Amino acid sequence: MTTQVVDGTAAGATARGRARRPKQPGRAGRLLSRHWYAWAMCAPVVIVTLVLIGYPLVRGIYLSLTDATEANMGRTIGMNTIPSTYEFVGLSNYVGIVSSSEFLSRLAWTVIWTVVCVGLHYGIGLGLALLLNRPLRFRSLYRMMLVLPWAVPAFVSAFIWRYLLNGEFGVVNAMLRAAGFGGLDWLDDPFWAKVSVITVNVWLGVPFMMLALLGGLQSIPRELYEAAEVDGATPWQRFRHITLPGLRPVSSTVVLLGTIWTFNQFPVIYLVTRGGPGGSSEILVTYAYRQAFEGIRNYSGSAAWGVLILALLVVMAVVYRRALRRQGEAW
Amino acid sequence: MVSTVGHAAASRAKGRGSRGAGASFALHLTLVLASVIAVFPVAWLVLTSIKPRDAWQSTTVELFNSPSLDNYAQVLGQTAFPRWLFNSLLVAAMTTVLGVVLSATTGYAVSRFRFPGFRSIMWMLLVTQMFPVAILIVPIYNLMAGLGLINQFPGLVIAYLTSTIPFCAWMMKGYFDTVPVEIDEAGRVDGLSPFGTFWRLILPLSKPGLAVAAFYSFITAWAEVAYATAFMTGDDKYTLAVGIGQFVGQHKAEWGLLTASSVLIAVPAALVFLLVQRNLVTGLTAGATKS
Repeated sequence: MTTQVVDGTAAGATARGRARRPKQPGRAGRLLSRHWYAWAMCAPVVIVTLVLIGYPLVRGIYLSLTDATEANMGRTIGMNTIPSTYEFVGLSNYVGIVSSSEFLSRLAWTVIWTVVCVGLHYGIGLGLALLLNRPLRFRSLYRMMLVLPWAVPAFVSAFIWRYLLNGEFGVVNAMLRAAGFGGLDWLDDPFWAKVSVITVNVWLGVPFMMLALLGGLQSIPRELYEAAEVDGATPWQRFRHITLPGLRPVSSTVVLLGTIWTFNQFPVIYLVTRGGPGGSSEILVTYAYRQAFEGIRNYSGSAAWGVLILALLVVMAVVYRRALRRQGEAW
Repeated sequence: MVSTVGHAAASRAKGRGSRGAGASFALHLTLVLASVIAVFPVAWLVLTSIKPRDAWQSTTVELFNSPSLDNYAQVLGQTAFPRWLFNSLLVAAMTTVLGVVLSATTGYAVSRFRFPGFRSIMWMLLVTQMFPVAILIVPIYNLMAGLGLINQFPGLVIAYLTSTIPFCAWMMKGYFDTVPVEIDEAGRVDGLSPFGTFWRLILPLSKPGLAVAAFYSFITAWAEVAYATAFMTGDDKYTLAVGIGQFVGQHKAEWGLLTASSVLIAVPAALVFLLVQRNLVTGLTAGATKS
């Protein structure tokens, strides 16, 4: 909101132009001449997005209302074109999904997964950022090592962790055994598989949070702390009343992004446990992907899952944005 | 979380720069532990890659076991790895360049101008980040097939752009918001067009933001699995993420080859990362704060 006012010429002029708009004749032309460069700068992105996301979205929503599978989808084999034979079935895919026990258990696990992961990302990220934000020897060395997990491609990390957690030859079990405990079936026991994927995802996601929050800490004016110290505020009070509010703008964005990314975190689950054992660590996204690409490809079912996932996320983002706006910081 | 924070706050009590020896020790101990956890898996990967090919199946933990570069030689000499590497570099480079240019212009437009459609574009940038691959992949596949772009690099690049641009544009907007508008005004007074202002004045001032966008685009394209698996059908067009999967499938998990190629894959990513890491903190924060 503030930027809009501060923006001076450009924003100010358009804001005035907007207010005046209804009285002016020929406003399409006026709008075009005033805004053409802004539109031109956005055009490539908007067009690509509309074609590549808008069209697939519409098509996906349409497919979710049919009974399309690999078997009845139109296709071309050599010279022969086989027409599509799937039919419009209305909302029955959705009804089927929402009333299935699979949906509720996948949703429950996805929510737990997202909350635990984002909570740990944020908590550990904030803790490390606080430590790194003080005068310290080897600071840049620590920072570089701590950020390493982010620099390694996710699928490589997934392979590494699969190997580390391997029940027979994995290092983690070897260490446990050396310490006198029995090894664990990290990837083959439903409970430990969930612990494993959360561990891997936390390992992967902390660096992003840490860097973003570190920058946020650095942007909080030093004088605030000094003034609070003079006034006799305890360390906890300074943290509670200066650090946390100062981090709010950064936190609100990274938590929102982190939630979206974690909710849709495909590679970690798909590559580390492959959703197993017995589908117990499968989140909504990997489940939907499996529907679309394994066995007889169930295009309509996976599309319906996808639309539901998207709807959940949009609702969440709207609620979140609204909560932020009530506190006076949103566009 | 609480304990870390409490600990952090407690050691601050001693005042800046003058920490007690105990607090200093605890601080370094925590950071060393965290660093070990962060680095260990990667270090283990490197160590495994220089062991003999079957050494991963040993049940005893040993750091070194007759180290050699045999795995690397085999990956580079007897598999299609170099070809995949080239493909991946090509795709990642195209995605990075196009992604940064396009998201920078969009980010600048939504940062500086209030135009009809502004709010819709902001929402579009946010909502497109929420699209699960699962819902898009089949329709995009059909669309690409219709355009004849299956098994073509441009098709893959375009698909990646749909996932990199929303985040990058969103971030760049936040970054541009921190560049004072007076600079634009000065440029306009001196007779530069809006594009000229953007290109000659604002972009050079936005290196940290651009660095984050470039890094994010590169890593995304470099590490993507789902689209690459679905779209690239000929093995001369495989990217690394697809190709390396061959080592797991065909000959029952060749961990020796897998680890060696993983190291080779991680190296360029880490190099790009080192190049931009100075700018990451500033760029990310500015981007996150204002958007």
